[in-house]
Amino acid sequence: MAIIPPPGTESGQLPEPALLVPEELDGAGAGAGSLAAAKPRSLLVRGWEVFAENKLALASVGMIVFIFLFCFVGPLIYHTNQVNTNLTDTLCPPSSAHLLGCDNLGYDQLGRLMVGGQTSLEVGLAAAVVAVLFGTLYGAFSGFVGGVVDSFLMRVVDAGLSIPYVMVVIILSVVFHPNTIIMIFIIAVFYWLGVARLVRGETLTLRTREYVQAVKVIGGRRSRSIVRHVIPNAIGTIIVQATFAVADSIIILAGLGFLGLGVQAPATDWGDMLSGGLQYLQSSQSYWWLIYPPGIAIILTCIAFNFVGDALRDAFETRLQRR
Amino acid sequence: MIGFLIRRTLQALIVLFFVTVLTLFLIHLFPGGPIKALLGPRATVQQVAYYNNLYGFNKPFYVQYVKWVGQLLHGNLGFSLKLNQSVASLIAQDLPKTIVLVLLGTVVSLVFGIPLGLYQAVKRYTVGDYVLTGVSFLGYATPTFFVGLLLVEWFSVDIHIFPPFAPQGTSIGQILSQPKALVLPVASYAFVLYALWSRFMRSSVMDNLVQDYVRTARAKGASERRVLWGHVFRNSLMSIVTLLGLSLPTLVAGAIFIEVVFNYPGMGLAFYNAALNVDYEVLLGFTVVATLATILGNLLADVGYAILDPRVRYS
Repeated sequence: MAIIPPPGTESGQLPEPALLVPEELDGAGAGAGSLAAAKPRSLLVRGWEVFAENKLALASVGMIVFIFLFCFVGPLIYHTNQVNTNLTDTLCPPSSAHLLGCDNLGYDQLGRLMVGGQTSLEVGLAAAVVAVLFGTLYGAFSGFVGGVVDSFLMRVVDAGLSIPYVMVVIILSVVFHPNTIIMIFIIAVFYWLGVARLVRGETLTLRTREYVQAVKVIGGRRSRSIVRHVIPNAIGTIIVQATFAVADSIIILAGLGFLGLGVQAPATDWGDMLSGGLQYLQSSQSYWWLIYPPGIAIILTCIAFNFVGDALRDAFETRLQRR
Repeated sequence: MIGFLIRRTLQALIVLFFVTVLTLFLIHLFPGGPIKALLGPRATVQQVAYYNNLYGFNKPFYVQYVKWVGQLLHGNLGFSLKLNQSVASLIAQDLPKTIVLVLLGTVVSLVFGIPLGLYQAVKRYTVGDYVLTGVSFLGYATPTFFVGLLLVEWFSVDIHIFPPFAPQGTSIGQILSQPKALVLPVASYAFVLYALWSRFMRSSVMDNLVQDYVRTARAKGASERRVLWGHVFRNSLMSIVTLLGLSLPTLVAGAIFIEVVFNYPGMGLAFYNAALNVDYEVLLGFTVVATLATILGNLLADVGYAILDPRVRYS
């Protein structure tokens, strides 16, 4: 499963970062000197212009908004009982009373899709935010300080990335019997490592720039350089990573839900709903409404976030724009 | 080169140290400790204390760590009390079967991913490229187990072509003797990986196509075919090799879900069952072995890259 973006290669050792430097210097770097004052703003504005040209990305944003409305506003319009089971309705096919039928416990499937979606989206977003925030601070600090500290911090990251992510997440879920909040941290606790490595790589090139050096010269603190200068200039990478992180987190949560290790009943998520449908897969009658709606919901959400992430990368990475 | 090898191996050893500490720490997260979790809620305090003492869980963490690593170095990966079987024998029994699945899936996905990725890069921004991009985005966004579910629904429930479960058996021979049953697990595993390779191959070829050496080759009058296959393809393939070494955690993860969906008797299924049974020795042993494989994979990928690309050695 393409859960985890293949971790970056050992930075500093493999040619990738080294090859990027000259290109970045004549691309973004040359402009940085003359436009220093207006740069953060213009980067976003320029980024938005490129992003808005990408119709697919705009449609994806629309899709994400729609899914959010469906999950969070939908239950206000389409009232269903998602707390008590209703065994007389068990596995009822779609009808006017239950637009998408019912699951094996008699929960209305459409309403369940909304409630499950709330969990999936909440966990996906929150885990992404936690992981990206922590990873960014860790990576920027490590890259900026450099030396022995950097080596130590990066070996910790290497170690974390060497442990197969899914195994860790499974162990943690078994240990904690997670609710929504704990789930967020379980998913984030190893996801930030990849972000940290990327941001560190970015920081290594940023810390040698004149404007970062200038902060040091005028006596600015290290934390000021990192928070006010390095991170804002790495914001493109960070936002792109955050977008992919949302999609990844939703897939991981679905996987855990599918294994029966996700959030505990009566709460549910899309993966958990799929796992319920699995039991009826091989019965003589087709219970398509148990499998397709949650599956399609996961795919649509993740594709939308992936498209947005891709478009954002195009928008922020000046290196790609030149082509 | 020797210096690079030594440096890189030292790094791997340091990483290995951190990893072992982390994994042992994970096992201690069970509320009340691993013994309490293993014995269940009805265990008395005396029983828990007795077994904690017996297995040394009442000792300080570093003592436990040294003892555990000492055992690991002697090849003792622990003993599963639930299965009444040593973890090493469990791995010896299940690992080959998982390797068969991972290998078949990876080969199938590479066979499709590399040529199609190359095709996409050469014919970029055409209808064919967009369609294939759509397919790989679908692969990215679809959870592995859902691919498996759909294939079962379509190919074994709707039309009865393939069996809905993986081949059963204790040896590789038995697994391979049921090729029909292998089709669906391998196909769903390969589909998700395909997305990874083809996407990577596409961007890698596109990166290489604008490099100076391509311009030089063209300037020297090399045919487009020669530029593509003799220069660009070889360089892109090199980065795929690296990616392969680095993707081991992803490969393991995919295998876990596929094995659970199809009830394939490999390490992933055993790991999942161990997690449900709180069989902490199995969890520990499997995680360490998988991690070791990953570290070795990374090391080999780096060394391989250093051999293929001299620029790495001198940086």
